[in-house]
Amino acid sequence: MSKIGVITFPGTLDDTDAARAVRYAGGEPVALWHGDADLRGVDAVIVPGGFSYGDYLRAGAIARFAPVMGEVVTAARGGMPVLGICNGFQILCEAGLLPGALLRNAGLHFVCRDQKLRVERTSTAWTGGYADGAEIVIPVKNMDGRFAASRSTVDELEGEGRVVFRYTDVNPNGSLSDIAGISSADGRIVGLMPHPEHAIDALTGPGDDGLAMFRSVLGTVLA
Amino acid sequence: MTTTVHVDTTGHAASTPDTPQPYRELGLKDDEYTRIREILGRRPTDAELAMYSVMWSEHCSYKSSKVHLKYFGETTTEEMRAKMLAGIGENAGVVDIGDGWAITFKVESHNHPSYVEPYQGAATGVGGIVRDILAMGARPLAVMDPLRFGAADAPDTRRVLPGVVAGVGGYGNCLGLPNIGGEVVFDPSYQGNPLVNALCVGAMRVEDLHLAHASGAGNKVILFGARTGLDGIGGVSVLASDTFAGDEGGTEPMLDPASRSSAPMLDPASRSSARKKLPSVQVGDPFTEKVLIECCLELFREGIVVGIQDLGGAGLSCATSELASAGDGGMHVYLERVPLRATGMTPAEILSSESQERMCAVVAPSDVDAFMRVCRKWDVIATEIGEVTDGDRLVITWHGETVVDVPPRTVAHEGPVYERPVSRPPVQDDIVAATPDALPRPSTSDELRAEILRMAGSPNLSSRRWVTEQYDRYVRGGTVLAQPSDAGMIRIDESTGRGVAMSCDCNGRYTYLDPYAGAQLALAEAYRNVATSGARPVAVTNCLNFGSPEDPGVMWQFQQAVRGLADGCAELGIPVTGGNVSFYNQTGTTAILPTPVVGVLGVIDDVASRIPTGLGAPGDTLILLGETHDELAGSEWAHVVHGHLGGQPPVVNLAREAVIAAVLRDGGVSAAHDLSEGGLAQALVESTLVTGRGCDVELTGDPFVALFSESSARVLVSVPDPDAFTARCAEAGLPWTRLGAVSATSSLRIEGVGELALPELSEVWEGTLPALFG
Repeated sequence: MSKIGVITFPGTLDDTDAARAVRYAGGEPVALWHGDADLRGVDAVIVPGGFSYGDYLRAGAIARFAPVMGEVVTAARGGMPVLGICNGFQILCEAGLLPGALLRNAGLHFVCRDQKLRVERTSTAWTGGYADGAEIVIPVKNMDGRFAASRSTVDELEGEGRVVFRYTDVNPNGSLSDIAGISSADGRIVGLMPHPEHAIDALTGPGDDGLAMFRSVLGTVLA
Repeated sequence: MTTTVHVDTTGHAASTPDTPQPYRELGLKDDEYTRIREILGRRPTDAELAMYSVMWSEHCSYKSSKVHLKYFGETTTEEMRAKMLAGIGENAGVVDIGDGWAITFKVESHNHPSYVEPYQGAATGVGGIVRDILAMGARPLAVMDPLRFGAADAPDTRRVLPGVVAGVGGYGNCLGLPNIGGEVVFDPSYQGNPLVNALCVGAMRVEDLHLAHASGAGNKVILFGARTGLDGIGGVSVLASDTFAGDEGGTEPMLDPASRSSAPMLDPASRSSARKKLPSVQVGDPFTEKVLIECCLELFREGIVVGIQDLGGAGLSCATSELASAGDGGMHVYLERVPLRATGMTPAEILSSESQERMCAVVAPSDVDAFMRVCRKWDVIATEIGEVTDGDRLVITWHGETVVDVPPRTVAHEGPVYERPVSRPPVQDDIVAATPDALPRPSTSDELRAEILRMAGSPNLSSRRWVTEQYDRYVRGGTVLAQPSDAGMIRIDESTGRGVAMSCDCNGRYTYLDPYAGAQLALAEAYRNVATSGARPVAVTNCLNFGSPEDPGVMWQFQQAVRGLADGCAELGIPVTGGNVSFYNQTGTTAILPTPVVGVLGVIDDVASRIPTGLGAPGDTLILLGETHDELAGSEWAHVVHGHLGGQPPVVNLAREAVIAAVLRDGGVSAAHDLSEGGLAQALVESTLVTGRGCDVELTGDPFVALFSESSARVLVSVPDPDAFTARCAEAGLPWTRLGAVSATSSLRIEGVGELALPELSEVWEGTLPALFG
């Protein structure tokens, strides 16, 4: 069974949920500890949501220095699939694995809502299971979710088709170009603000639209 | 600043019996001070005086409420007690819900601090209740927040509400606890005294229950979590200004008018010298608390905690005296070992500090290393500050000198008890006589239609989305129902689907008209909300928010509410497992509406069988369970349309509530929604909007009464098979009325009233709070 690592930093909140999503998708979640420079033989890594280190200084700014992140950066550069969800996306940006930054929501409030997204790119390690242009509903819940980057970076992301998810209907936080998630050039690293691990079951979420993300990576690592 | 510290030791106290002490400024009465001197056989030291004054405050000692709260125990039968693993007096009540799971839950107030500093007041209210749950040995799983503010359009509400909501969200979200419901109520009586109550639910395996006691001589006392600072010291700073001669602010303490007028209960004498000008409202750090939670849970798993207590109100004074008092020995604390984040703190200040995110554990000497290892893993500061002793005294030393030497029970459990005068206010007769019967009522279809819209957009009935969108309801992945559902519901066991539902409610207007019936109506509504989700109500908690106990009329309201609630629980057969009393809630000299918030916990064997809030599938029959009478006294309609409050509240029918709950549990219902404030009209508006589906309804009797009466014990249900369902109702003796059917349209059509398109309704319902609070 494919092993998917889920990192826990002090202040990580959605790690058990990411692990549950991996299980629902048929994978084996492996707990990774921030202080251990060890990926324990996993095939892919999820950097889950929360408020690592209380979001002190800046969301994700301290977590990127954790021993485990050095291993993640090395593995990611070698092609290991990495998914950053919410705080995880912020950490991947701080670690330089993805471009741009996540700023305070335009409305200055924490926003928790069931959000419509369009899947803009399916040729990534994490979105192969979606149909092109699929409209999905995934909860978004954050304080600092407004994607920002220089115009040239956004143009590059758009030009290279690296915008993976876009908000539709409503842009909940003022993100540039309605960007909800992006990928690395090779499509192995994906970061998004909404929480696919909270859309794996209609009983506890708005539906199960998020499950395909975890199934996709299992397909990728098996391939 | 002069820093010559004259520590007031027990020896010094014994040799200087005539030294005047500022006990009155600390909120102690003459006879209370005399009693302390009798207990100790000398005058108390500064540190002892600080401890007694905080622990004997209304907030900690329940001195005005104790004689009334006893009634909860007296009305709890053995049968009701059967599933209770811990009850009143523990940090939180604990209930056995089957399959080896125990649930602990409690609600507490943080009203006065939230008026002074809305964000931190609300945030630390959440933090405190979460630590109470943690101290029972449970993992905190969800929070709820019953909130009450002044008039929605009052300028100060615009200051208080956004801060409180951001504080509840800021702390709870960062802690990783889903917020699954609560209340937001506006009434001018809360203008200068908002109510910020916070509820937390936690779960543990039955065998993991931890109680706060310090047993076993030689066991170590470990303080862990945040450092202790000068925040939240409140009244005790008056001692500091005596101790520190020659402060730059002079020896004359300054009165802080804000904290004095707003927090009489917490800070009976909030004086501070210039050096001490720090907020008496505590400052929260949810990140530290999140780490502390995970650290504690790992310590529990390791089985190395003998006793544990959270540090909340009264800080170390409370934790050490309660742990020692509940144990079988004494305790020695070396106060200089407490890690501080301010310099020059006195023993009295260290003992009284309400710095947040701290816990105190009792650990066997052989487990101390393992304990410290777990704390290091989570980067939690842990310090051995003392040990359990053979004696029966709580002794606290400061660099070798004894500053406290007391029998712990006299601090923690044997505080003063008052039989405050109780009398029904003469004005109550006038209140009851002023019925709403003569108020002009809408009669034409246009008037009724307009009134439905006006009510739907009124501050108390409009959508809470602006508030609840600021709360994470998804984290931990177990949330099955959250706002705007009638009850919150979380899954406890992923393998079996066992879960719990929770609702907290109160209508202060009903309680104002009749505190006994009003408290029962609060219980009835919370019970009904839990039942409407498909769960079986099993236990009750409460947060009793009232005015000044020194007002005999307020004490009458309190006494009546306690009796009403206790008698109601006995009738329903569900125990009160704990609660909280908050007195001195008043705007100026006027007491708030008496507000006994009642929380009901329910159990559901499999959350997959929960009943969704709203409407069922198109074609389902809409049925109204219960009976509707002409009951408009205290109603939202009388409040919104006429600003009227008088008469008798709706009749209580707890037996009917129980029958409704049983029928709902039998199944056959595709969706449901309880009827409460705003009556059937509001239930229909909310059901259609929440589901995004229309319905066709025919009213029976006077359409105004049918739409706006607030008769209790009523639930709107959608049923796919009406014949089978109504046969079951008949068998159970439950009256029902066929209202109509769920439609495939997007409008609410009411025969004789007209059509209300969902987009129009939605605009009115959703628009109010964003327009007020942006």
